[in-house]
Amino acid sequence: MKMHRLIGAAAIVAASISLTLVANAGTVSYQIVDDGIPKSLTGTAGNAQAGRKVAYNRKTGNCLACHKAPIPEQQFHGEIGPDLKGVASRYSEAELRLRIVDSKKTNSDTIMPAFYRDTGFTRLQKKWVGKSILKAQEVEDLLAYLMTLK
Amino acid sequence: MKMRQLLLALTFATTGTLAVTGLGLGLVIGQTTAAKAEGIRSGYSYATKETQGLQDDDMSNPGYLWVDTGEDLWSKAEGDAGKSCNDCHGDAAESMKKAGVSYPKYKDDIGKLQNIEQRINQCRTDNMKAKAWKWESSQLLGMTTYVRNQSRGLPVSVAVDGPAAPFFAKGEAFFNQRRGLLDMACKHCHEDNAGNKIRANVLSEGQINGFPVYRLKWGKVGSTHRRFRGCNKQVRAKPFKNGSDEYVNLELYVAWRGRGLGVETPAVRN
Repeated sequence: MKMHRLIGAAAIVAASISLTLVANAGTVSYQIVDDGIPKSLTGTAGNAQAGRKVAYNRKTGNCLACHKAPIPEQQFHGEIGPDLKGVASRYSEAELRLRIVDSKKTNSDTIMPAFYRDTGFTRLQKKWVGKSILKAQEVEDLLAYLMTLK
Repeated sequence: MKMRQLLLALTFATTGTLAVTGLGLGLVIGQTTAAKAEGIRSGYSYATKETQGLQDDDMSNPGYLWVDTGEDLWSKAEGDAGKSCNDCHGDAAESMKKAGVSYPKYKDDIGKLQNIEQRINQCRTDNMKAKAWKWESSQLLGMTTYVRNQSRGLPVSVAVDGPAAPFFAKGEAFFNQRRGLLDMACKHCHEDNAGNKIRANVLSEGQINGFPVYRLKWGKVGSTHRRFRGCNKQVRAKPFKNGSDEYVNLELYVAWRGRGLGVETPAVRN
């Protein structure tokens, strides 16, 4: 654990003096600056209404598996992660984008999947090879929705 | 089902008192087997009252159909040696009493771990000169359930030292290895988040003291390895084969995590 913290601290120090460029095979590359990804993955503004659906759709984001969110018409919200209500008051847009894209970049031991990563997996099922959980625009849509949760 | 119901009806009709006593005993055993070990919780304690009720009452526990299957097969001679389990092992209540708490265990002759299913099949091929049963067949599930049922209420106690140590270490590494597109290890759900809800379901500690288990979702009894495969697929990882070394090693580690828990076979779960 101490080792993790040390590496984490080292990563933060490194990030604060330089940018990290992450480039994957099938996903667009992005830059991590400090604790976030400041630039949109697509350049197209996210659609909050579509993003809300990504949050509860079991086949795409399924955020509700682990998080409570102000989506009252959906039954059964998980209790693994923090409540998403007010999440935009706790994090900036750039920080939230990084946490959706690859949460392990901020917390190496988290249960939270990287929603926009397509490499580096162990025993990946064939049908998922070269795929990320969400597409780039779905990330931006979801982010637009989360930013409404002040 | 019919056979068992008929038998139960007969028991009631002929020896009402005995049946009532038996029911009382069943309830007591149910409570005992569900007892918690220190800091370790059986899946029973996360189940709904209704599911617990199904398990507690042997007469309504559908897993007993598999116990019955195993019991029938126990004394059935099969294979070229013309032997049944009973011919060598006699009364299972005596000879198999410890089997359900101590597997998987290291076996010298194969130089690795072996679980109950594999032990049963080795007996069939080597001693009975019969064909091995297929994994998840009603016969292998029935016999495994029957054998492990003999240990019901006894605390799980597996050896993880000596020659078992390197296999135990592999099982532990498996448990902590992230896998699949969701990139989760067993421990993320069953250690870090046991007791928390994932959507509608409560995550348990992933204990296997009740396996083979009657799962309402399956509508039948299934093996520990079937459950491992299901979990692996849920995180979008390629599962291993039933009976693979990887799963037997994992089975030892997971059994050890639940050391001290009473065997509940056949447990009932969602």
